[in-house]
Amino acid sequence: MDKSYGDINREGLWTNNVALVQVLGLCPLLAVTSTTINGLGLGLATTLTLVLSSLIVSLIRNVVKPEVRIPIFVMIIASVVTAIELAMNAYFHELYKILGIFVPLIVTNCAILGRAEAFASKTTPDKAVMDALMMGLGFAAVLVVLGAMREVIGQGTLLAQAHLMFGEIGRMFTITLIEDYRGFLLAILPPGAFIGLGLLIAIKNVIDEKGKKKAIKPAAASKLATADL
Amino acid sequence: MLGRKMLIAAAILGTFAMLGAGLVAMTFEGTKERIATNEKEFLLRTLNEMVPTQAYDNEIYTDTIQVHSKQLLGSEDALTIYRARKRGRPMAVIMTVHAPDGYNGTIKLLVAVDLAGQIGGVRVLAHKETPGLGDGIEVERSPWIDQFYGYSLNAPDTQGWKVKKDGGIIDQFTGATITPRAVVKAIHRALIFYFLNREALFAPADSIREIQPPTQTGAR
Repeated sequence: MDKSYGDINREGLWTNNVALVQVLGLCPLLAVTSTTINGLGLGLATTLTLVLSSLIVSLIRNVVKPEVRIPIFVMIIASVVTAIELAMNAYFHELYKILGIFVPLIVTNCAILGRAEAFASKTTPDKAVMDALMMGLGFAAVLVVLGAMREVIGQGTLLAQAHLMFGEIGRMFTITLIEDYRGFLLAILPPGAFIGLGLLIAIKNVIDEKGKKKAIKPAAASKLATADL
Repeated sequence: MLGRKMLIAAAILGTFAMLGAGLVAMTFEGTKERIATNEKEFLLRTLNEMVPTQAYDNEIYTDTIQVHSKQLLGSEDALTIYRARKRGRPMAVIMTVHAPDGYNGTIKLLVAVDLAGQIGGVRVLAHKETPGLGDGIEVERSPWIDQFYGYSLNAPDTQGWKVKKDGGIIDQFTGATITPRAVVKAIHRALIFYFLNREALFAPADSIREIQPPTQTGAR
């Protein structure tokens, strides 16, 4: 397992994206992305947990026997999440009031165990942390985009309640795209999340297809040119 | 040989279980007091949003009674009532009220009522309503809950104490009717509770522990 940082970045953000390709962590993803701000909150909390748990798993990778690695990883993740939740509640109470509801949800995110098992347990701490960061950011990006989609279709606004995360200045971020919108309930309810995620995966596949065709065409053209000679 | 291997694996697993539990226990011990202070501060701040600090001079946080009333306060368990006094004279109560019929289970509310029976404010303590839909009852998310300020049991009348969809005068919000309906009903019931028990609510904490409403409340 010897990946360059470039590979790690590309995989985490796009080619092996947690939500779009691995389709992991659906439980919190579907539950929380009804608004952009909620998506951002869960994304940040997940990234933090992912980085910490991957770092620990990578540090102890030589001590852990393969037979018992999964229960050990589960225990590490559960303890780290609980400790983060308590510490947040004690030292960042305002932030906890906002992100607090997302933190217990992270335990149910199998993407974290997935990264511990598939990557962090087989590599050096620096790469494990980089991978966790990129995977987390990739996941967060999907959460934000999906949240924005559902918010616009469901309520006709964008970045509503941004003051919960950015303070009073956040009130200015809110954009009402459609005045007097009656709301489209389906987008806000869980089925809307499924449909939205399906659309995002489809869009990603279309983009990948186009990219492939572009890559093939110039190669084929140059072959023809040499055949002419 | 195999037995030895298993023992080693078990020992490693056990060590990590202890380390994990130790980490959680240490964090818990280390943060316990701070969390309790934070929660107390948060509750006090919420209480002060409804009953301003200059309106009372007692220890509102400790001057409480526990009351039972499943019919009117919505919970089998004892609920806390905070009492505000100035120079020993009753000024207002802040009642913990449960709305058992939310879209997703119980909605816990604080309802402040002054001596004359007017609402000084309502706040949501905890709820599990749909994010982006029913959570408009939180004051941080929408000003909806502020419309109850100044209302009392008779103004609006019983017919008015309903959401507009049910023929009342209280706004609901788009997409959600069940959540506001549950909150409105709970506040109305709390006002009835206050009306029936007003004298007893201000009794010294040691002389009265529980208040049962009359069996026939005339609530409906």
